[in-house]
Amino acid sequence: MHELSICSSIADIARRRAAGRAISVINVRVGQLRQIVPDTLVYCWSLVSEETTLAGSRIVVELVPARIRCRSCDRTADVGDLPTFGCAACGGIDVEIVAGEEFLVTSLELADEEAGG
Amino acid sequence: MGRFHRHEDGTEHAHDDDDGHARGEDHSGYQTGPERVEVLERIFGENDRTAAANRAEFAASGVRAVNLMSSPGAGKTTLLRETLIRLAGQLRIGIIEGDIETSLDADRLAGFGAAVALINTGNGFGGECHLDAPMVASALPRLPLAELDLVLIENVGNLVCPAEFDVGQDARAMVYAITEGEEKPLKYPVMFRSCELVVVNKMDLLPYLDFDLDGFVGNLREVNPAAEVLFVSARTGEGVGAWCDWLRARLRR
Repeated sequence: MHELSICSSIADIARRRAAGRAISVINVRVGQLRQIVPDTLVYCWSLVSEETTLAGSRIVVELVPARIRCRSCDRTADVGDLPTFGCAACGGIDVEIVAGEEFLVTSLELADEEAGG
Repeated sequence: MGRFHRHEDGTEHAHDDDDGHARGEDHSGYQTGPERVEVLERIFGENDRTAAANRAEFAASGVRAVNLMSSPGAGKTTLLRETLIRLAGQLRIGIIEGDIETSLDADRLAGFGAAVALINTGNGFGGECHLDAPMVASALPRLPLAELDLVLIENVGNLVCPAEFDVGQDARAMVYAITEGEEKPLKYPVMFRSCELVVVNKMDLLPYLDFDLDGFVGNLREVNPAAEVLFVSARTGEGVGAWCDWLRARLRR
């Protein structure tokens, strides 16, 4: 629901890192526990980037499944679609999230300057 | 320094700098295809830096800040009004009131002895659905922080977005109304996981609803086994004292 404001943050990062060069693809890594809808993010990007120097670029989302580690028995497991955050093996509740909270711009692919004009 | 990265098959590892992998801005043309710039920058980085500054400002003023979240209509404002009635004589309280439009909630809290700073988020792109750290930062100059003990931040009613944004609070709590049904922790696990305390409100309606209280608590335990739970009715005042005690206990930490 906040994909528009997130796109503004992504645009700031992309512009700064590209330093004036044209961008074709912005690769974004999104953990399962980030409440980002990839299709909405892609759609909002088209709105935010329209009529800016980023127009024509697109966002590619890499999704990371959520994983937890039990601090009691050291078991690591995928959280899966049903969000349970207790340890299925020992019933422990002291778990840490080891993956699934990522939310970062991983890389930019620059546009071919000749093709891009 | 090693370079951490992730492969298509999900494995991750780090390379030493001299292994010949593309380096983004400084590589020297041996790569075919489009030029790639490594970034690895957190998208919430700017928000989180501002949140850290807010947190430092609260701490420097000796203020504890609680970020209060819920869906629309769960009873945040009513609970806050009841809180002010009980605590305003004992604690110096500031309220940061987030709302997409109108000052209705801020008006409801006026006159109870607290300093209230309103943030209308409607100036965002179509109205922001949450408070973020810069919005809270903009409200701080309108509160006499040095004269306060406690700041209660009433977030925008929404079970999704507010969970994502650190605003610089010391604790997150949520108000949950039993009219919302017992399955919501499973549908909004990020929100329910983000909170130290869940205030289960509208308990006076329990006899009139098919609400499965044990089922709700079980679902909450699935997603946040460590959360504290308080059962209150802001309308009748039942349990509000325990919530006020929880707030007081924050001050002593």
